Amino acid sequence: MPMKPFENFRGTVLPLDRANVDTDAIIPKQFLKSIARTGFGPNLFDEWRYLDRGEPGQDCSGRPVNPDFVLNDPKYADATILLARHNFGCGSSREHAPWALADYGFRVLIAPSFADIFHQNAVKNGLLPIVLDEAIVDRLFELATDSDEPLTIDVDLHNLKLDADGHGTIEIDIDPFHHHCLIHGLDDIGLTLTHADEIAAYESRRRGEAPWLFG
Amino acid sequence: MPTPRTLYDKIWDEHVVRTDEHGTSLLYIDRQLVHEVTSPQAFEGLRLAGRRPRRPETHLAVPDHNVPTTDRHLGITDPISRIQVEALEANCREFGIQLFDMADKRQGIVHVIGPEEGFTLPGITMVCGDSHTSTHGAFGALAFGVGTSEVEHVLATQCLLQKKSKSMLVSVDGALGRGVTAKDIVLAIIGEIGTAGGTGHVIEYGGEAIRALSMEGRMTVCNMSIEAGARAGLIGIDETTIDYVRGRPMAPQGELFEQAAQHWRSLNSDPGAEYDRVVHIDAASIRPQVTWGTSPEMVLPVDGSVPDPADIADPVKAGSYRHALAYMGLTPGTPLAEIALDKVFIGSCTNGRIEDLRAAAEVAKGGKVADSIKLAMVVPGSGLVKEQAEAEGLDRIFTEAGFEWREPGCSMCLAMNADRLEPGERCASTSNRNFEGRQGQGGRTHLVSPAMAAAAAIHGRFVDVREV
Ligand code: SF4
Repeated sequence: MPMKPFENFRGTVLPLDRANVDTDAIIPKQFLKSIARTGFGPNLFDEWRYLDRGEPGQDCSGRPVNPDFVLNDPKYADATILLARHNFGCGSSREHAPWALADYGFRVLIAPSFADIFHQNAVKNGLLPIVLDEAIVDRLFELATDSDEPLTIDVDLHNLKLDADGHGTIEIDIDPFHHHCLIHGLDDIGLTLTHADEIAAYESRRRGEAPWLFG
Repeated sequence: MPTPRTLYDKIWDEHVVRTDEHGTSLLYIDRQLVHEVTSPQAFEGLRLAGRRPRRPETHLAVPDHNVPTTDRHLGITDPISRIQVEALEANCREFGIQLFDMADKRQGIVHVIGPEEGFTLPGITMVCGDSHTSTHGAFGALAFGVGTSEVEHVLATQCLLQKKSKSMLVSVDGALGRGVTAKDIVLAIIGEIGTAGGTGHVIEYGGEAIRALSMEGRMTVCNMSIEAGARAGLIGIDETTIDYVRGRPMAPQGELFEQAAQHWRSLNSDPGAEYDRVVHIDAASIRPQVTWGTSPEMVLPVDGSVPDPADIADPVKAGSYRHALAYMGLTPGTPLAEIALDKVFIGSCTNGRIEDLRAAAEVAKGGKVADSIKLAMVVPGSGLVKEQAEAEGLDRIFTEAGFEWREPGCSMCLAMNADRLEPGERCASTSNRNFEGRQGQGGRTHLVSPAMAAAAAIHGRFVDVREV
């Protein structure tokens, strides 16, 4: 699916102070029964966010919320940047996890590390995962929680830097191919199909080398 | 002299179609497994773009996550699950993809049926919209989990855009002690390197203890590579691999098989090949493992005790320990062997193969599930595993001991069907993830080997299988 190009962007931060947040926590399995790509936002972090057990297809507006969970803190109600600890998105390969984050309204994810499959899935859905040093992440957590106002961050994807509310500029490092895809919003299947001749050439060579794969 | 290459290098080199100026390669994918949960949006994407699968015969589909493990003849009663399974059937019909439906005795968990059918072959590249695709690395195949967009990408183009990962060798040296299994090896590895230890790497497992494993054991080890953060695990190809594949229905036959086998024998890391990281583990030091927390790295030998977060210097780690203990309802210092259980689950793509059921049955034989256990269930990984187990009389051993004998599927590994833990219930499970809510909201999971799970069912708490 072609995705929207990623524009330079400004948003506020939601600090999720946990390491190893797994995709089962991001979107629990009962919601994976959906055959659509959208509509997962209300069930993002369902088990942490609500006090009852969520079921697919239910209206979430009347459900009892967990006041201790950061997503329910009014201060962060408009957050579009998720700040987390290391190994964010570990576990299952479910693309429903980035679908839910995007559907909720997040555009940028910041952590000291992301799980590989999640990282890949996030980029495919126009989410920008940014890996920063642990010390910088610590500092962002402080900035995001110390004041009564949420922390605003400007992301300049063209020049690969971010600015945290006048607290200084932070350089970011993005895989060049991901950078290219995010900025242009490419349909990567379409892109691969532009190499159809090379794929066909590979197949005919391979058929000779490993005929058992072409039964 | 050509530079010595790792097995990963060799498979990678054989599958690169092209590489761009950023070092991103178009990697050819030989085989894809498809299941009902991560494929509907991929087929929908094809339909919207007016695309067709490039080589429909290279995909094999099966419903496994949502299927009921009882009363199969009633079909799926949960309407939302049923829609998803029916969508898979309709999509496979529309796009010409082979499907083992719920009534087919070959139906089972994707990662069990791929090897069983000979669909998984040595030296191939393989993907599935499921993180435990790493299982198939046991065959010396480069196999990894992908998201739904990539499922669609492979259907449409037979390729994926990939950057080459770093390589790690985990060498398990020497011989395992009695009663210690492949599951204990992999849990011990994860305990050692951590759940992010393999991030960005493909792990190759080597050493005498790995070579000595059966294919089932090798699959258990590779299966949990993802729990160590690695997308893929690999084990070199030897006669154990080749003998397992020979004669399987979808494997090459006769002359073609021998030609393939000759090539497969060349797919091992060369002496002197370099890895980005090497870890050695002494097999003799591995004891039966039990997880105590909510991440697979929170694991200890069965004779250990629940750790105290106060002893942990790193504040983030101490915090996650505290969080895990609160969720698990455990007190620091409690011996793992004193933890009482409510349920026992034997099955999953980690430990739902015939050898796993044999190991569990050996412990269960002649015993009785403890009165305090509300449910002990055995869920074979596939219809063929079930058939084999029944031919060997394992089902009777289990049912006489008080276990339930179920139909094949993912079942309580992720509790998408009716099999699940209730809040606060504690389970000994042979599956691969002890995440919060994985087996049901509020459920508490302890990961163990099949023999340890069976022993826990009989005793109502964890016991060291080496002493029973
Ligand atoms: S058995 Fe569990 S881990 Fe394996 S494929 Fe099924 S749900 Fe995933």
